[in-house]
Amino acid sequence: MEIQENKSTLQVEPRNEEKVKKIWKTAGILLAITVVEFIMAFTLPRGLILYALFIILTVWKAKYIMMEFMHLGDEVKPLFYSIIVPLIFLVWLLIALAKEGTDIFMLRW
Amino acid sequence: MSAHSTAIGVSSKRGVWGGGNEPLKASYGKLMMWFFLLSDIFTFTAFLITYLAIRVSYPAYAGSLDSFTGSNEYWPVPELVFEAVPFLHGIHAPLIFVGIMTFVLISSSVTMVLAVEAGHRNDRGDVVKWMLWTMLGGITFLSCQAWEWNHFIHGTEGGSVLTYINSIGQNVTETVFGANLVVNEYGPPAFAQLFFFITGFHGFHVTIGVVLLFLAFYQAAVGVYDKRGHYEMIEKIGLYWHFVDLVWVFVFTLFYLI
Repeated sequence: MEIQENKSTLQVEPRNEEKVKKIWKTAGILLAITVVEFIMAFTLPRGLILYALFIILTVWKAKYIMMEFMHLGDEVKPLFYSIIVPLIFLVWLLIALAKEGTDIFMLRW
Repeated sequence: MSAHSTAIGVSSKRGVWGGGNEPLKASYGKLMMWFFLLSDIFTFTAFLITYLAIRVSYPAYAGSLDSFTGSNEYWPVPELVFEAVPFLHGIHAPLIFVGIMTFVLISSSVTMVLAVEAGHRNDRGDVVKWMLWTMLGGITFLSCQAWEWNHFIHGTEGGSVLTYINSIGQNVTETVFGANLVVNEYGPPAFAQLFFFITGFHGFHVTIGVVLLFLAFYQAAVGVYDKRGHYEMIEKIGLYWHFVDLVWVFVFTLFYLI
């Protein structure tokens, strides 16, 4: 019998071109959104609408990173929701502190 | 990964309480990484929302962009603060450098996901190759950030004339260059404090990430994962690395765009 010491028994599988293609496509989308944000920063007037657009685009990018790169979409539903649902609390934190900041502004200036 | 000897899949090697079972069909390590990342998401979001709240509590700069000077009376316009690029001294290049940094970090995330894909195929050569690229991306990003901090701390040639209360409680009016935790030439003290704290905390995460990447790179190269029978460690470190990228996407938006 052949000695298998320190020799891997793992079978190397061939490259999955379809998967790799999808990865590069996602990378392209992320890059495109960043470029759009860049252009918006210099062309559109500053204000609440622009800031809201930036945040929407950023959350959109975050979705791609979490679903495609971190494969959260491939996990079972209970795990998916146990990660996503707690993030709803952050929406409240955002609203509460944005209001707080505006009120401080009113008091101070 | 684990031997599915029972209905809930308990590894014979590690047992139920040794992390041997796989609730939610994810291994112990991956599950814990996800929950750690969830807690880290809360930490970073708290910081970033604090930044937003303090920002809106100051007046925004209302004058024309050409005549912008830093003042502790109003919040600065980011594209006029972060406008320097290494080797191009004195050239106004708003957000170009930070754009390059973002590109580097997103690219390293792509090479990381390619390493994870190679890990699924047990392809040691590909894993090692992509881990090396990812590590280089991380190191490049950190170097860029070091330059950015250096420039931010030392400031512009002209500086700004500010009236402020210095660290020993005196009210002074003088030209301020660069930034420290008491005063900075760009905007209110909180601007530099938050910049140092949030990008610093993110940079710390990247540094830890590079160390983890190196360990995984080394272990993959010497064949530890082949002997172990799976490349799950690459996946777990990949999760962490993508998270670092994820946070940067938000830091980029809040600090440099808004």
